[in-house]
Amino acid sequence: MTATTLTTGAAPRQIRGGVVGMLRDSWVVAKRNLRRMTRIPEIVVFGLMQPVMFVLLFTYVMGGAIAVPGGDSNAYKQYLMAGIFAQTVTFAVAGASAGIAEDMTKGLVDRFRSLPMARSSVLVGRTIADLVQTAFTVLVLAIVAFIVGWRFNNGFLKALGAFALLLLLGYAFSWIGALIGLSVRSPEAATSAGLIWLFPLTFVSNAFVPVSSMPGWLQAVAYWNPFSATVQACRELFGNPTGAPTNSWPMEHAVWVSIGWSLLIMAVFSYLSVRKYRSATA
Amino acid sequence: MSEAAISAEGLVRTFGDVRALDGVDLDVPEGTVLGLLGPNGAGKTTTVRVLTTLLRPDSGRATVAGVDVLKHPDKVRSLIGLSGQYAAVDEYLTGQENLQMVGELYQMSAREAKARAKELLEWFNLADAAGRIAKTYSGGMRRRLDLAAALVVRPPVMFLDEPTTGLDPRNRMALWEVIEQLVAEGTTLLLTTQYLEEADRLAHDIAVVDHGRVIARGTADQLKAQIGGERVEVVVTDSAALPLAVDALSPYAIGEPTVEPHTRRITVPVTGGARVLADVIRELDAREILIHDIGLRRPTLDDVFLSLTGHVTESDEAVAETESPEAETATSRKKARV
Repeated sequence: MTATTLTTGAAPRQIRGGVVGMLRDSWVVAKRNLRRMTRIPEIVVFGLMQPVMFVLLFTYVMGGAIAVPGGDSNAYKQYLMAGIFAQTVTFAVAGASAGIAEDMTKGLVDRFRSLPMARSSVLVGRTIADLVQTAFTVLVLAIVAFIVGWRFNNGFLKALGAFALLLLLGYAFSWIGALIGLSVRSPEAATSAGLIWLFPLTFVSNAFVPVSSMPGWLQAVAYWNPFSATVQACRELFGNPTGAPTNSWPMEHAVWVSIGWSLLIMAVFSYLSVRKYRSATA
Repeated sequence: MSEAAISAEGLVRTFGDVRALDGVDLDVPEGTVLGLLGPNGAGKTTTVRVLTTLLRPDSGRATVAGVDVLKHPDKVRSLIGLSGQYAAVDEYLTGQENLQMVGELYQMSAREAKARAKELLEWFNLADAAGRIAKTYSGGMRRRLDLAAALVVRPPVMFLDEPTTGLDPRNRMALWEVIEQLVAEGTTLLLTTQYLEEADRLAHDIAVVDHGRVIARGTADQLKAQIGGERVEVVVTDSAALPLAVDALSPYAIGEPTVEPHTRRITVPVTGGARVLADVIRELDAREILIHDIGLRRPTLDDVFLSLTGHVTESDEAVAETESPEAETATSRKKARV
């Protein structure tokens, strides 16, 4: 320590109330998480590799064997991409859950909780940073998809709409990740707990194969799967093949059902997460 | 009576079957340091967590800087600084970024937070490492960064939970100096520690905690006085001489002598200080008992701790665990003595 005297420092001040204070604190936390991502680029790179691999494997390995009703040999490629995009955004769950679990075990959550900042900001900041990472991943993925031959055919605006739906879904799912991260005891457990249920969820859907090939009872599950609604909505907005027409209600109103599901998931899980955060003990 | 900067009344907190806090009462007058001493699991950290709004007690009341902890936790958070048991810094941010983030979360403007971070890094001798990520810091550097984070605003009340655990002696001394300076400038401090030496040096008042209760309270001197006065300790060269030596010492003893055959050590409570010591030496010499070591001992906080809790401190326990069974027997004998 140096011999010079430390100045008193600023007088402590009161927490800023309201949404503005919350957003400001969240942005401070988001900045911190985004900085971390640039310091550990492996996380971003590995986050990219998995979906890019899926695009290549499904296009070149399985693509020839899976037929989309009413489509030619190129149709599966067009059909597939929305599914991979959607699966990719839901993987934001793992980032959020592992990140928050790590902050818990490292004592950072205690530090944040002892500061005069908005209670929800640690989680909002985390999910916003994950959203930025997801957006980046989706952008790279879209470029790869474009290179292998995927196209959107309904114009730029509708395509943007589709990406907005995807990011909304990803953001909603990162709140599920937040709750998982607050609930498990280690970052490792958080990663597996964050991913394990995503496989059945994303596969029992219209993401990779047309639902019409599934047994009847499973079809009902797949049609009502929040994930299917977003995939269907994206296919419509991208102007990609949607498989056989169905008279299932959620598939006929896919855009609205997708938005509804995402908002519902966000509302429920952000409420549960913030409540859990208040009482969280490392 | 001066205003209590920290006060707690009847804090109870259970975790399942465990009563971590079983009615803790505390008060810390403004501008003083309270040392919270206790073995592992005594409730020190739980007490700090309740007072820093991290944990709600099942019952009881507490105020910090006059603000009710349970009713206005947000207000309390703007008045306290906390440095927890492990250095809570973001490993992937630089020292500068870590402190700046904390400053902004203390509601400073970005510019203010930046300036304050720079100032703190200089004061804690971290200026050279300011631009490096904390992952590359040594344990002592991280601890200092963590303490700096607790000082981003100058909070009127600070909580330091085992601030020097894991530090080497040089870093520990340096940190003590920082803490002393803060207190000299008027900060009220609650400090938990497993180093009795640390409590002796830094704390005005000491509260000994065990099984979730405060079992003793007072200044270091008061606590030492509670368990009695000085004693003469003799280590004889040959253990066969132990009975003879006890016999020689008994006229000077004001209580039962304690004999530790392993270490060939006899301890007798005495009064009269150095004069008695001289007499004892002459007596032993006259009886031709060879001594390896002799000394007059005043009680240490270690003794206080032992006599109050019936067990040794964490650091001693850890030593006993790693040493031979013989050492453990010595420890249990030591326990039996008090």
